[in-house]
Amino acid sequence: MKILTCPLNGPRNISEFTYGGEYHPMPDHSKSCSRDWAEHVFFHHNEAGVVTEWWCHTPTSYWFLAERNTISDEVVRTFPASEVFNERVNFAKSQEGNNA
Amino acid sequence: MPFGLLKYGFKKDYPARHHFTPAKPLKKHYDVVIIGAGGHGTGIAYYLAKYHGITNVAILEKAYLGSGNTARNTAVIRSNYLTEEGVNFYRESVKLFQNLSNEFSYNVMLENRGQLTLAHSDAAIRSFRWRAEVNQHLGVRSELVDRKTIAELVPNLNLSEDVRYPIMAGLWHADGATARHDAVAWGYAKGACERGVELHQLTEVQDIDVEKGRVKAVQTNRGRVECGAVVQAVAGASSIVAKKAGIMLPIHSYPLQAMVTQPYKPVLTPHVSSPQVHVYLHQTSRGEFVIGGGADPYPLYNTRATLDQKESLAAASLELFPFLAQAKVMRQWAGTTDMTPDYSPIMGLSPVDNYYLDAGWGTWGFKATPICGKTMAELVATGKVPSIIKPFELERFYRFAQINEAGATAASH
Repeated sequence: MKILTCPLNGPRNISEFTYGGEYHPMPDHSKSCSRDWAEHVFFHHNEAGVVTEWWCHTPTSYWFLAERNTISDEVVRTFPASEVFNERVNFAKSQEGNNA
Repeated sequence: MPFGLLKYGFKKDYPARHHFTPAKPLKKHYDVVIIGAGGHGTGIAYYLAKYHGITNVAILEKAYLGSGNTARNTAVIRSNYLTEEGVNFYRESVKLFQNLSNEFSYNVMLENRGQLTLAHSDAAIRSFRWRAEVNQHLGVRSELVDRKTIAELVPNLNLSEDVRYPIMAGLWHADGATARHDAVAWGYAKGACERGVELHQLTEVQDIDVEKGRVKAVQTNRGRVECGAVVQAVAGASSIVAKKAGIMLPIHSYPLQAMVTQPYKPVLTPHVSSPQVHVYLHQTSRGEFVIGGGADPYPLYNTRATLDQKESLAAASLELFPFLAQAKVMRQWAGTTDMTPDYSPIMGLSPVDNYYLDAGWGTWGFKATPICGKTMAELVATGKVPSIIKPFELERFYRFAQINEAGATAASH
């Protein structure tokens, strides 16, 4: 049994979790075109080595981030998404120009 | 007769002929460098030499011939996909497989056994009806069959309704087949080498030199090789190799685990697959049951075994074939599947000039070997993308023109 440590629920069997894809920063929504978004959604670095990725603890629907080695399958650390997403994205601000 | 065989074995000129080029120094320049000596890489080299007269070709392989996913797949050949693009492509591959042994003068042990996919829900029956219609329209033999026909096709399949997922119907694909996967790579390599192609094993491409958007050379552990064009055919390491040329791909690499039981007398003719209980299996001509379909739930570049996946494969196999309860597992392995978002491959041009992609082969690479080799060779030789592989270009992801084959894939992810 492989154990993953959920930042909210503590160490749990990895079968309780769902893999949620690579983490990469969102393109700047005020400047990007559909090509940038296609790349953001479909393309992956798919690195062999330590990667940062999304995981969800399925029973509690809690999403968090993990650093994991994709060669040795060792989890380096898990942490709440709030470490990265620490300020609110102001969509309204970037649309002001469009609305004016 | 056995004495004659023994004498032949001790003769000085045994084996009678070498199939592949013996190791020799790398040249400074090749017209085409192919990265990866699996079925696809050797196939491209074979068709380049045979149809286009391009023989100044080197196949560079970091390990040995056919040692990657060519040896790790479960050797299923079929064309009962869902989209027009997919069916047209795989249909041509199934046709080419029929004549490979004659063409190579080398037995690839093709067996036309048919393939049966099982439906355990109304939704699955609806999708099978859809696939059968698309297949028949495009000249592929597929039909929806009821439980009675299933019992005739596979008499020892457990059709009991007292199981977790009773079998309701099936998709019978008479064109389904199997072949010896190693022999396909050996046959292509033999044919390519006979025509002057060089096979370099234990030669790892470590870097790719790109100048002004055009590929110039590859750096290997045996030195630098200049080249007119490069084709990457490295299923399981597509993202890693493409990155050396500065190309990002829409791929996540997952291990897929499979296993083989001890041999039994022949009891199962067709290939049987169940997307619902996540297993597909067939009995080889040696009598062993090849059981596959266990994809790991998250990406990994590692071919280790996990008890979870083996238990799940065993449980699913027992639900379909309870007589396997006493079977011993002889071997197990995993291969790395390069999964694309739409479960279709990526073939054709790349953002780098003269650098061609043969990638994203998830769980559908072996069955596509002949047609991919043939069309990719045509692309490299003529510079024009053959219409049959045009829809599978990398650019489709930017145009939101994916070819969705997620439902027609036997393995689940």
